[in-house]
Amino acid sequence: MKKGKWGLIIFGLVIFIVGVTFPVWYGAGTSAPAPVLDMDTPVIKSMPNKKCVEDTAFIRAHHMKLLDAWRDEAVRDGHREYTAKDGRRFEKSLTGTCLQCHSNKSAFCDRCHNYVGAKPSCFSCHIVPEEVKK
Amino acid sequence: MKLLLPIIALFVVALLAACFAWAEAVSLLTILAYTSFLIFAAGFVYRMMKWAKSPVPFRIPTTCGQEKSLPWIKTHPLENPANAWGAIGRMAGEILLFRSLFRNADVKMIGGRPVYGSAKWLWFFGLMFHGSLLLVALRHLRFFTEPILPFVNGLSALDGFFEIGVPALYLSDAALLAGLTFLFFRRVVLPQVRYISLFTDYFALLLIAAIAMTGLLMRHVYPVDLSAVKTMVAGWLVFAPVVPANAGVMLYLHLGFVFVLLAWLPWSKLIHMGGIFLSPTRNLINNNRSVRHLNPWNPAVKVHTYEEYEDEFRDKMKAAGLPVEKE
Ligand code: HEC
Ligand code: HEC
Ligand code: HEC
Repeated sequence: MKKGKWGLIIFGLVIFIVGVTFPVWYGAGTSAPAPVLDMDTPVIKSMPNKKCVEDTAFIRAHHMKLLDAWRDEAVRDGHREYTAKDGRRFEKSLTGTCLQCHSNKSAFCDRCHNYVGAKPSCFSCHIVPEEVKK
Repeated sequence: MKLLLPIIALFVVALLAACFAWAEAVSLLTILAYTSFLIFAAGFVYRMMKWAKSPVPFRIPTTCGQEKSLPWIKTHPLENPANAWGAIGRMAGEILLFRSLFRNADVKMIGGRPVYGSAKWLWFFGLMFHGSLLLVALRHLRFFTEPILPFVNGLSALDGFFEIGVPALYLSDAALLAGLTFLFFRRVVLPQVRYISLFTDYFALLLIAAIAMTGLLMRHVYPVDLSAVKTMVAGWLVFAPVVPANAGVMLYLHLGFVFVLLAWLPWSKLIHMGGIFLSPTRNLINNNRSVRHLNPWNPAVKVHTYEEYEDEFRDKMKAAGLPVEKE
């Protein structure tokens, strides 16, 4: 032990330093900018006033909570109409609402979800409109 | 009082973080991120070097098995390792399975006599806490790698397997809090443990609990825009910091606690994360019976052997009629 001691110490410290700085090496200096979210869908293009269900900052952070609430209210209580803060009305539906405007799921929802590592399991049951047309 | 101070300290940290969030002192966020990380990494190396330089002249492992000696005496190669593999196995058992905690015993006075029973609770919750902490840390790599490492996504999927709630509850988060709760109440409820608990003991537990709580709140109650959070982290990694637009106050609280933990860790008892590798009572090979270990810094002692003594005084000894070995 005595003789190999410093070798082992240095070895351990190198593992530590490489370990805690690993993300820097892994990225190798290339920045990972937020994904480009494609808004280029027929429905959104035809909208005069391009607005989501709620304002963008809210929907970006809270859409999973909103969808969860929609699901419970629609399926359990039968309340299928949602009134947004600004008074517009929407059907509480994943495929029928979100994916009507955002019909490009793979270039919109998926891009962002892959970036943050979210894997919504919804689409093992719910259909994506585009996929049916094909 | 020993419990009150850590709580006050945490509230001060939270208040400061909230102030920064409110004042949107976001460049401060970047500075704190880098400095706390540097303090952590440099402090860690410093503490390790300090331990590495401490003299360990003798083999001092604590053992509870027979040391290797005569061939017909049964030895315990893991409890009392006589070679490097034994020592590595012993360290692995300690670090990965907390074997020494598994031996914890409980004493009760029954009928005036001490009766020993097993006490595996500390081992169980300790292992649960540390294991889930590791999982949680690894899962956070999803913010630090792009494309996300496949095993990180796999871990997250496994961890959220039961899909309780949207987004799914990670089981490791629940296990982490359960472990922390046990460790905390152990200190508060058991009088002997409360007696020896100090500021650092409570602060360490409460600080990690605060981090876990703010993290859980951020995932399940007050969601933040994770996409913006990841862009912020990615900016740190290429030294081109960007600032998340209107990230919630929960994020600042979470990060505030994390930065305090990072900067405090090397100087606290939590440095046992590195220290365990260097504890001589665990990592030394016990070969005291087969190898002679000389203290390397023994001073050169001037000795006067009996032969020299006799040479010096032979005449006088003979004259006094004392027996001598050499005539
Ligand atoms: C096990 C299959 C399954 C999974 C997984 C699932 N759903 Fe559903 N969902 C259903 C069924 C069945 C209905 C009932 C349809 C109806 O009544 O119109 C429904 C209805 C809904 C509704 C209201 C009606 C509509 O047209 O959309 C919403 C909103 C909803 N789900 C959201 C989600 C979300 C968000 C997820 C993912 C977190 C999800 N669901 C996962 C099966 C599923
Ligand atoms: C009426 C059409 C419409 C519906 C329905 C709709 N969106 Fe949107 N969504 C938009 C538009 C338009 C934008 C761009 C808003 C902007 O740029 O400020 C947007 C933006 C978003 C964003 C933010 C993207 C960014 O650039 O930051 C998210 C996330 C989002 N929508 C998710 C959803 C979800 C989830 C649903 C279902 C609950 C939904 N949207 C329903 C039209 C819609
Ligand atoms: C701006 C980025 C972004 C966009 C665009 C986006 N999401 Fe999300 N989504 C997120 C984040 C972040 C989470 C939470 C992930 C987490 O907490 O691990 C999430 C989570 C979800 C969840 C809950 C998943 C879970 O973890 O159980 C659902 C459902 C969901 N999104 C649906 C959608 C749908 C449908 C769209 C497209 C209409 C969409 N999202 C577009 C960022 C986005």
